[in-house]
Amino acid sequence: MEPSRDDFVIALRSAFLKKGTQQRFSLLSLIFFSIVFLILGSFNFKIINYVKAGIKEVVYRSSFIVSVPENLLKDSYLTIQNHKKLYKENEKIKSELEILKAKDLLNEFIISENQRLKNIVDDHLVKSDTIIAKVLSDKSSPYLRSIIINKGSKHKVNLGMVVIDGEYLVGKIVEVNYSSSRVLLLSDLNSKIPVIVEPNTVISILSGTGKDYGVIQYSKKYEDIKNESVIYTSGAGSLFKAGIPIGRMNINNLSDEKKVDFFSDFSQLKFVKVVSFKKSENK
Amino acid sequence: MTGLRNKNFIRIILLKVPVILLFVSVLNDYDFNYSGLKYFSFNFSYILIFYYSLKKTESLGYTYIFIAGLFNDVVIGTPIGLSSLMYLILCVAASYLRNITLRPSLLKDGIFFLLTILIINSLLFLSLKFIFNYELNYFDQIINMVFTFLFYFLFSNLFNFFENYVVRNNNAG
Repeated sequence: MEPSRDDFVIALRSAFLKKGTQQRFSLLSLIFFSIVFLILGSFNFKIINYVKAGIKEVVYRSSFIVSVPENLLKDSYLTIQNHKKLYKENEKIKSELEILKAKDLLNEFIISENQRLKNIVDDHLVKSDTIIAKVLSDKSSPYLRSIIINKGSKHKVNLGMVVIDGEYLVGKIVEVNYSSSRVLLLSDLNSKIPVIVEPNTVISILSGTGKDYGVIQYSKKYEDIKNESVIYTSGAGSLFKAGIPIGRMNINNLSDEKKVDFFSDFSQLKFVKVVSFKKSENK
Repeated sequence: MTGLRNKNFIRIILLKVPVILLFVSVLNDYDFNYSGLKYFSFNFSYILIFYYSLKKTESLGYTYIFIAGLFNDVVIGTPIGLSSLMYLILCVAASYLRNITLRPSLLKDGIFFLLTILIINSLLFLSLKFIFNYELNYFDQIINMVFTFLFYFLFSNLFNFFENYVVRNNNAG
């Protein structure tokens, strides 16, 4: 046992004390330094704090430089992950597109079926002519809510043609001159057009009030008209094409009036479309 | 003349690779967090220090290891001097193993390395928990230790390859 114990001691002593060819300090002295650092550091010794601050300065700056390759690796990894995510999203969108395409085909079928049925009942109107006109005057008088446009009979504008702002109904032509026309706005007291209130499909008449809103009149089903319902042209009388959006119901609990706020702001009209509708020739 | 100077420069760089690796590893503090691997971490510095203290003492000076420990303490926020102490204990263990070993084998080195890091991590855990009042996750420490032990075999072979083929060929050339 004795020689083995000696070997252990010799090996350990050699490990602690032996210095290599280029070693300035032995392990034992460096361990001693470490312990001194630890003890003095825990007592907030001034010199150790200075050393710590110095090391921090060096380490934080060099850590930034040394971390560049790792950050590059990290960024590349994240980029690859993003690409994988994009690929998955693309696959998902592709499958959704297929479903939408199928739905679109179904819609096309429904539209053509609708046209066919309308042709059978002789109710299908198509836009025949569209004339873009500039609003020359929109001065509202207390008697007439109308606008003057710069297109007249010279441009094939006729009485009763429909005037649209974007996709929203504005009014109809009530006076045609050679190079100008007057449009009676929906808000005029004399304006009365057949409309349909959706949902619940309530057939009614929209009357102008002389103010910036209209009212629903002459309907037997007032209770079916809800707030925020949308008003479209009904197409009755074949003057207007059915389904042109006009406005939205604004029902106030304080009054019995069935107010309609127009989608189009008639005081801000700069250009309008003058259109006429004719019955479809496809039977 | 220029070729000779260049060759000399490359030789010096190759000889300093372990020191560079040591400082890069302590300054970088690899975490692998971005890879989404929750239970994966290993201590590369332990492997590097143990291997070079065991096989090539002249490559990694003890002073460099001591300074690297101080840097590591600043990076990870442990009391200054603690990592140096642990690194140096690792060096003592490696040096002791070198002194008592007649026929080196990777497996024996690995097992001794495992024992050493068990002792070191226990010391680290105890001192941080009970002396410096740090909150530590015991499970994370165990995971770190297991992966460090397993990666020792891989890196040991890599370092062997580097020393035997890259450095030696350069010296011979």
